[in-house]
Amino acid sequence: MKIRVKVNGKPYEADVEPRTLLAYFLRETLKLTGTHIGCDTTTCGACTVLLDGKAVKSCTILAVQADGREVMTVEGLEKDGQLHPLQAAFWEEHALHCGYCTPGMLMASYALLQENPMPTEEEIRFGLSGNVCRCTGYMNIVKAVQSAARKLSVESREAVGEVATSGTAAD
Amino acid sequence: MALPQTEMRPMGKPILRKEDPRLIRGKGRYVDDILLPNMLHLCILRSPYAHARIRRIDTSKAEAAPGVKLVLTGEDLAKMNLAWMPTLAGDVQMVLATDKVLFQYQEVAAVVAETRAQAEDAIQLIEVDYEPLPVVVDPFKALEPEAPILREDKEKKSNHIWHWEAGDREETEAIFREAPIVVKQDVRFQRVHPSPLEPCGCVADYNTATGKLVFYVTSQAPHVHRTAIALTTGFPEHMIQVISPDVGGGFGNKVPVYPGYVVAIVASLKLGVPVKWIETRTENIASTHFARDYYMTAEIAATEDGKMLALRVKTIADHGAFDATANPTKYPAGLYSIVTGSYDFKAAFVEVDGIHTNKPPGGVAYRCSFRVTEASYLIERVVDIVARRLNMDPVELRLRNFIRKEQFPYRSPTGWVYDSGDYEKTLKLALERIGYEELRKEQAEKRARGELMGIGISTFTEIVGAGPSHSFDILGIKMFDSAEIRVHPMGKVIARLGVRHQGQGHETTFAQIIAEELGLSIDDVVVEEGDTDTAPYGLGTYASRSTPTAGAAAALCARRIRDKARKIAAHLLEVNEDDVVWDGAAFSVKGLPGRSVTMKDVAFAAYTNVPDGIEPGLEATYYYNPPNLTFPYGAYIAVVDIDKGTGAVKVRRFLAVDDCGNVINPMIVEGQVHGGLTEGFAIAFMQDIPYDADGNCLAPNWMDYLVPTSLDTPRWETDRTVTPSPHHPIGAKGVGESPNVGSPAAFVNAVLDALAPFGVEHIDMPIYPWKVWKILREHGITE
Repeated sequence: MKIRVKVNGKPYEADVEPRTLLAYFLRETLKLTGTHIGCDTTTCGACTVLLDGKAVKSCTILAVQADGREVMTVEGLEKDGQLHPLQAAFWEEHALHCGYCTPGMLMASYALLQENPMPTEEEIRFGLSGNVCRCTGYMNIVKAVQSAARKLSVESREAVGEVATSGTAAD
Repeated sequence: MALPQTEMRPMGKPILRKEDPRLIRGKGRYVDDILLPNMLHLCILRSPYAHARIRRIDTSKAEAAPGVKLVLTGEDLAKMNLAWMPTLAGDVQMVLATDKVLFQYQEVAAVVAETRAQAEDAIQLIEVDYEPLPVVVDPFKALEPEAPILREDKEKKSNHIWHWEAGDREETEAIFREAPIVVKQDVRFQRVHPSPLEPCGCVADYNTATGKLVFYVTSQAPHVHRTAIALTTGFPEHMIQVISPDVGGGFGNKVPVYPGYVVAIVASLKLGVPVKWIETRTENIASTHFARDYYMTAEIAATEDGKMLALRVKTIADHGAFDATANPTKYPAGLYSIVTGSYDFKAAFVEVDGIHTNKPPGGVAYRCSFRVTEASYLIERVVDIVARRLNMDPVELRLRNFIRKEQFPYRSPTGWVYDSGDYEKTLKLALERIGYEELRKEQAEKRARGELMGIGISTFTEIVGAGPSHSFDILGIKMFDSAEIRVHPMGKVIARLGVRHQGQGHETTFAQIIAEELGLSIDDVVVEEGDTDTAPYGLGTYASRSTPTAGAAAALCARRIRDKARKIAAHLLEVNEDDVVWDGAAFSVKGLPGRSVTMKDVAFAAYTNVPDGIEPGLEATYYYNPPNLTFPYGAYIAVVDIDKGTGAVKVRRFLAVDDCGNVINPMIVEGQVHGGLTEGFAIAFMQDIPYDADGNCLAPNWMDYLVPTSLDTPRWETDRTVTPSPHHPIGAKGVGESPNVGSPAAFVNAVLDALAPFGVEHIDMPIYPWKVWKILREHGITE
């Protein structure tokens, strides 16, 4: 089947087998291997991407279901050579060890902050509970999301002029 | 973009990880990310039966299926003498079954096709005629005379594999005969699986033009894999390049060689194109090597005032169908004889019997230095029961029996020489930080109100960092490790090591060691691991051995470079070598601090201005054979509350005070502790792989094999004391496994402490709510 899908802002057209899962389409057809696969039961969330802005597990979505829609993967987070505040925070807070869950965690966190820009620790733990990390024990992931939320909040207040960009007392 | 990290003297600092910039961008390169031209895909057909004779395999329909390029059975491999392969424990294991299968999900046949989906379709067209045989799941029943003999291929016609013992039987029994108090307890350590987020997999790429086999594999021990492949296949070792790219977690799961690897290699050799095999989660849990599965009985002889005198341990070890422990050759039960722990017993005797059953092979050391977790859990659990019987506080009993700091180096009754420790100091810090006295008061008040609160202690000692080579080998290869450092003319460094990290941060910590030793900045050093064509030979990363062995090799290799640099510095400073001093940043002339040259000056001179009689260049290699193991330890305290209505245990607080010697990067050490505690928590409360009487695996996926999420996982509190290892070049000991080794006992002790009013002394892990609920109901608690 022919599908048209926009991935990280770029339009693609491809002919896919109807049974092709979105995760395999991204990884093998588009060579966007940042989206990982860790289980077969929609448990681990390593394959989390955004479909029209909503976090989905791409191992449980068919590529044909993405036809005419927009997908964002971990490769789409960095803009103009600038890491997204979530990426920077994961680095600064040591929120990854092996890195295999990281793309899915980042995308689930991104979706969470879109819905709830300043989540509490409990809300973060609930929001990321569909994503498994076997290495970190989650504490630093929670810290990273909190830190990114603070940064994003300052950035958005700066954008609407609420905070003096050169001020010393920001945040 | 990279954050600027021009840190000089980086040792002991929380340097941000050098591996992260690629991983946070989704630009890591894990084995499934390797996409090669003309690559084919392999899928494996597995047995639905735990024990069955194979009467016939018909592959004709699969061969005719769309996209199929090759179908392989055990018979095909037998023609190449590859139907069986050696395990790391000196046994053999079937690659693809020939005459019978010995566990459910065992490898039976394989299909190679153009796409993974086609291969998966085709394996379902293979017809296998099985004749079911009686199944043996329970290792005790496996020893009964009427039990069917599972391994008909072996000379020994018994399900008993080996008997192993340590310590002094007679001395121990003499003490038991006289002892006023004997406490005995059966303790089970259930079958679990490391289950890293990235399953196992490989790409075998045989190049018909060059005759070279490049084997990409998610491996913790790439050099061992290269040698094992050469031994198994007869393929010349210098024509095999093993590349272990980014590894998505290992925890022991990625030490062994699995049948899928051998099949992928055979397929690539036959077809002359790359062949990829990536297992599913079910294949990972149900066929790659499990961990633990020990049935342990411990007895402690003690005096009435709480002096523990002797320890006696008897254990049945379920090894499944093939003995495939990743243990050093001389230690079929690994380092289990560390079971005397942190306590000064006069005598100890430990015996273990390995048994075959119709279950997957193993067991690997899951975030553990070879059966140390089993040992630690056992002693810490039973010491608590001794305290209970003597009506003593578990802290008091521990303090009374600790090996005292002046006793180090301490020879244990099972023969280990502990390097260093101050157990009392570490426990006292933990008690103070958690507020032990106040917690006991709170508990007394709650008990008076009928509430269930428990405090659990674990004061464990680990044994990590194998070698030394005189005692430790795998497949005959001595357990050393290695580093090679090349200093380029501009003073930039590439270092390669024989280990292979899976998230431990070696690219950062080993760069810290080398930069510190060479007086360079952290950004001047790149660390590379995982490519057997470039890295020096090493035994790999497991058993918390990387820092004790390869970390030592990195430091000593850098010092070897510094020795040569000193000669070149003397030439540049125009003085005698004896007059050159190194201050950590530069070489200067003794008594003339103004005249100095840096390592960068020396590096340039090594290629441009070398004095006569000195070899040009600035490179070194070091193979480090450790003189002893290292003995990290810790004091962990768990505080739990139990819901009487549901039996659910809530871990309210958990404090881990670790002593892993000198710390290279405190951020990474803390991260390792968080991760290890989470796996210890999972084992205590969630993870278990049960089998039914027919040998069906009841938890072959992550819906039934429960791995903790962010909602399940408690908040961790950490602290540390520092008691350097006296024999390690930088005084480090290793830490990655301590929290997983030490924590299960703290959790379980806390639950049993909460249930103390009911006289319950032990519950086997995992402590599911229903187990607690049942006990509460039995004691009339119905709230």
